[in-house]
Amino acid sequence: MDRSVASETPAKAAPPDRAETSNADLGIPAAWNRAALVLGLLIAVALPFVVKNFMIFQLTTVMIYAIAILGLNLLTGFNGQFSLGHSTFVAIGAYTTAILMEFAGVPFYWTVPAAGMVCFAFGFLFGFPALRLESIYLALATFALAVATPQILKSTPLAPWTGGVQGMVILKPEAPFGLPLNADQWMYFVTLGIGLALAVAAVNLINSRSGRAMKAIRDNPIAARAMGINISLYKTTAFGVSALYAGIAGSLSAVVVQFVAPDSFTFVLAIGLFVGLVIGGVGSIPGAIFGGLFLVFVPNIAEEVSKGLAGAVYGVILILVIYLMPSGAAGLVRLAALKVAAWRR
Amino acid sequence: MTIGKHAALAGFAAGLALAASAAGAQTYDPGATDTSIKIGNINPYSGPASAYGQIGKTIGAYFDKVNKEGGVNGRTIEFISYDDGYSPPKAVEQARKLVESDEVLLIFQSLGTPSNTAIQKYMNAKKVPQLFVATGATKWGDPENFPWTMGWQPNYQSEGRIYAQYILENHPDAKVAVLYQNDDYGKDVLEGLKDGLGDKGGMIIAEAPYETSDPTVDSQIINLKSSGADLFVNIATPKFAAQAIKKVAELDWHPVQIVNNVSQSVGSVLKPAGLDNSTGVLSTAYTKDPTDPQWADDAAYKEWEAFMDEYYPDGDKTSSFTVYGYTVAQTLMKVLEQAGDELTRENIMRQAANLKDVELGMLLPGIVINTSETDFFPIEQMQMMKFNGERWEMFGDVIDGAVGS
Repeated sequence: MDRSVASETPAKAAPPDRAETSNADLGIPAAWNRAALVLGLLIAVALPFVVKNFMIFQLTTVMIYAIAILGLNLLTGFNGQFSLGHSTFVAIGAYTTAILMEFAGVPFYWTVPAAGMVCFAFGFLFGFPALRLESIYLALATFALAVATPQILKSTPLAPWTGGVQGMVILKPEAPFGLPLNADQWMYFVTLGIGLALAVAAVNLINSRSGRAMKAIRDNPIAARAMGINISLYKTTAFGVSALYAGIAGSLSAVVVQFVAPDSFTFVLAIGLFVGLVIGGVGSIPGAIFGGLFLVFVPNIAEEVSKGLAGAVYGVILILVIYLMPSGAAGLVRLAALKVAAWRR
Repeated sequence: MTIGKHAALAGFAAGLALAASAAGAQTYDPGATDTSIKIGNINPYSGPASAYGQIGKTIGAYFDKVNKEGGVNGRTIEFISYDDGYSPPKAVEQARKLVESDEVLLIFQSLGTPSNTAIQKYMNAKKVPQLFVATGATKWGDPENFPWTMGWQPNYQSEGRIYAQYILENHPDAKVAVLYQNDDYGKDVLEGLKDGLGDKGGMIIAEAPYETSDPTVDSQIINLKSSGADLFVNIATPKFAAQAIKKVAELDWHPVQIVNNVSQSVGSVLKPAGLDNSTGVLSTAYTKDPTDPQWADDAAYKEWEAFMDEYYPDGDKTSSFTVYGYTVAQTLMKVLEQAGDELTRENIMRQAANLKDVELGMLLPGIVINTSETDFFPIEQMQMMKFNGERWEMFGDVIDGAVGS
């Protein structure tokens, strides 16, 4: 199953990045990309009819992580800003959905864009103080945000809306129009659809004029400014867009898990998203799927290897992965495809 | 001829009875077979609450002992315990894995209020027992709405009622001041205290909540002292409970002090607060304290010690968690024994709700487990104890704090 998702990724590895643009002429044949994309999509659509509900739930979680990682990637991979605080935006998205559903009776589907917009606003505003902080200092400031989030959610003034420590239980929507799908399958397809739309949006953004400006800021801020790019605007907007992705992920996770609580959004989640980003591949859009797979399945594998040393096993796997795939999982797949393509020539 | 006919009839009847008993006796839901019973568990082996992981390990060790001694009704226990790192979404994933992939008969002792809240709806929708959860919140005893969920330890409201009873009997004219943590747990204990005082609720002349995000509770204690109270109820988690006891002494305030059960650790509360300052503080308990010398020759204590030495030698023998895990595992054994060969999820809940005066070795003498179809609170009794400067000393009778009594 892991492999099936992997097979879809070289296809989406289309967005040109530094390594790739230079290789474009002897790159991966476009037909391969298209074939892999179609195959990957077919498998993604077929899977929920083959595997158990529990597995569908896990795969949905993978996609939710992937959406959040994708958002982080837009910020870190394409704009060069660090964040160890994305758990905060996931939390805001989740609580936006929970509160709208609980108190305003808004159907779940409308809360997803609402969560995205609220998070965009928060992210955009947070982008302003972030402007004054460079690389590791920004990482620290965002980390502080992640540490503070659970406590703020538990605090008394907010408790009437957030449910305090107790959190909030919400209902999972059933499949509409009498579709022959159970709730797990339906949420899988909702997540898949939203995830694909967001991935396409990300690819388009990266390949647009704005995307080039974002990358120029990452590569050389002074040169970018000399070219007339409004650095503050692009940096804060990048933060906002990144938070929007994280918020949508949070909104989806609230409904899939059917429960939100402060303990779901600790700094462990923030670090997890960062790990997923690096494992998947910084600056790679399909890499997000690998990051999600890693976050969901590797801790379980580590636990299976040794219960007592699960943490240590996880660490060893993490180091091995970084050692064997220095450019992330997506980089490895791309490299392998390039090798095969060169060999066939 | 007649005799023959009768004999044949009798034989036929006997045969029918046998067949019926055989068919009726062995009914299984997923997770149970002729040779084994699969039991799921979720514990925080990693993350911020990983200290509780000892409970899961103790339970696993206890089932090793059961299996080595022949199992329960001839079946071995297959204990599958997963880590959720105290994260509710992970708990949902692990619960679904246990129910849908491992196909356990029941989930036992899932730990933490947030994690259990996260899986409660799912477990009840799937009709899989969520048995003896490891949290003291009062909401686990709600058979009407959640017939597949049951707590185990004395719930926070029962504890509050027990303090109320003690106060009414021994300090009927007291002016009571209460410090409490401003969340579910703190409010639960406070509610129990108020319910227990009943129409004497006016005895509470001052209440001061604190947030877990507060750096200290000093200002709350100053306010409580200025109210003129002479009995102080300390409903706080270890760090804050220690601060409070220390501040009371610093202010030269000398009320009768009650500290709640979660903060009775000598090492992490009373020592930091100062053993002198803590002398005379009251609290409650329901299990035997393994460090208390009065149990040194107790048969049940020795049995526990032998178990720890043989099956969990790395375990901490001074920790209440290992006593807790041992005792709660014994409770489940009792339920499985009662369930006999009818290992259905429904029968498990029926038997869990049918425990009558069960005594377990490491519970304090006189404390018994009782449940019924309407009473999903297994342990509701506790005993008062007083700190003598070195260790806790039990005193008085076992007090019943049953909610609704």
